[in-house]
Amino acid sequence: MNVLQINNVTKRFGNLVAVRDVSLNVARGELCAIIGPNGAGKTTFFNLISGYFPPTSGTISFDGQDITRLATHERVRRGMARTFQITEIFPELNVFENVRIAAEVAGGYRLRPWINRAEAAKIHRHVEDTLKLVALETKTNRLVGELSHGDQRAAEIAMALSLKPHLLLLDQETYQITQLIRRLHRDSNYTIVLIEHDMRVVFHLADRICVLDQGKMLAQGTPKEIAANEAVQAAYLGTAA
Amino acid sequence: MKAEHTRKLIVLAAIWVALLLAPYWMAPLGGYTALATRVLVLGLAAMSLNFLLGFTGVLSFGHAAYFGLGAYGAGLTLKFLALSTPLALVAGMLLGGLCGAILGLLIVRRRGVYFAMVTIAFGQVFYYIAFQWSSLTGGDDGLRGFSRQPIDLGAFKLDILSSANSFYYFVLFCFALAVGVMGFILRSPFGRTMIAIRENERRSRFLGIPVERHIWIAFTLSCFFMGFAGALYALVNNFADPRGLHYSQSGDFVMMAVMGGMRSFWGPLLGATVFVVLQDYLSSVTVNWMSFVGLLFVLVVLFFPRGLLGFFQRSKA
Repeated sequence: MNVLQINNVTKRFGNLVAVRDVSLNVARGELCAIIGPNGAGKTTFFNLISGYFPPTSGTISFDGQDITRLATHERVRRGMARTFQITEIFPELNVFENVRIAAEVAGGYRLRPWINRAEAAKIHRHVEDTLKLVALETKTNRLVGELSHGDQRAAEIAMALSLKPHLLLLDQETYQITQLIRRLHRDSNYTIVLIEHDMRVVFHLADRICVLDQGKMLAQGTPKEIAANEAVQAAYLGTAA
Repeated sequence: MKAEHTRKLIVLAAIWVALLLAPYWMAPLGGYTALATRVLVLGLAAMSLNFLLGFTGVLSFGHAAYFGLGAYGAGLTLKFLALSTPLALVAGMLLGGLCGAILGLLIVRRRGVYFAMVTIAFGQVFYYIAFQWSSLTGGDDGLRGFSRQPIDLGAFKLDILSSANSFYYFVLFCFALAVGVMGFILRSPFGRTMIAIRENERRSRFLGIPVERHIWIAFTLSCFFMGFAGALYALVNNFADPRGLHYSQSGDFVMMAVMGGMRSFWGPLLGATVFVVLQDYLSSVTVNWMSFVGLLFVLVVLFFPRGLLGFFQRSKA
């Protein structure tokens, strides 16, 4: 069954067509990488999936339900979590507090003016487990704003994971995070859509690669197929390889 | 961690002891009990504003409206409805809070400067209503002809009208109640979503927080606290003034919060203390007292961007 089903999605900004008639299906447990040159529309495409703005036309379904017009927080509630190209965290809070906010919202406590000991302990365990998963368990008291870039990325992923998502959208993770993504995919069986520049990462990790160019889907396939695709080589890899 | 926790408890104890003994140590220092009462009430107002400004990160420049509504709510209740101080407080709080809840729906979609502008605009609407509706509000002269009533505690009566000390302790009790609720909310999961929104709105949204709804709740709560403070202020003066709703009054509250330190819970109380005491002292010396307060404000913002309390905390650490 497809977790994500995107049908003929287009996004216009005035005269500019940032994403043109793109379709994509992502199966449960799949790791799908989106690549393409700068300005190909990758981040716009991500923003459409996560609800940052609605598409001009086309539909998006998540877990079999139409979410095309749904607000961001509704999509998150249904199990979609994302990271950003430029890390979005709470820099003046420590690592534990960052992830705790996510865990409390996901646990349904966000409107609660109190939390009892048992609930707080449950949240605490959940946060610590998540931090262990991303190897930040020794840095729980550090301010996130003072961490290295790689650790900040890991903290952002921890926040996304503590939402217990069915779908992880990762925007341009660094090479250092590759091992973590591989673990999440192979061991924890997360469904992941990944935007990536670094070809080592992509060909290493992805089950499937989608190539965007000038807002259009140029090709889709396994890493082998994409490497052999002539149109892709001409548009993208030709200059790099 | 442990040491910091102990230090926080000591500071907290010091604040409450100072507040509890204020009528006794203020007189020898040249103050008087009614001044301490004003500090408490305006401090509560500044803390209510800071609930929104410092902990949710949105700047309202029209909060005096809800303060003034609280004052009129309390005054009108005492004058026309019932001679009951508790009822007047509840009525003032409800009037400020409910008006805030309704207008908040229109305000919370705006951000930054636009948010501030819209809050000023709505605030001024209430100012002009209070100013023009003379038959009910007394217009420019303000609402007179009511006074706070003794509190009947069954066994004995608390004479808050003629005994300044009794009234101070009554106000301190109300202050403690409001501040206790505020602190409780800030330490809750909901309070943490407010801080999340302050720190990073986009991240909050992508954690599944409906940001506008949460800002609206924070705005409404802050207006309830503000209305409560305003109701107390009407009791302090036995008078409600239309200028209490004016945006310049909102500016004073912002100044108190920023001067004291808007990232700290107690900062605005310190800011209000400095503001009220300076005003009391300087206005007996010169009519241009505001220039001196303004100068101090500029100096604080330039040299202690985290406010007076932020400065003290840093120099200790």
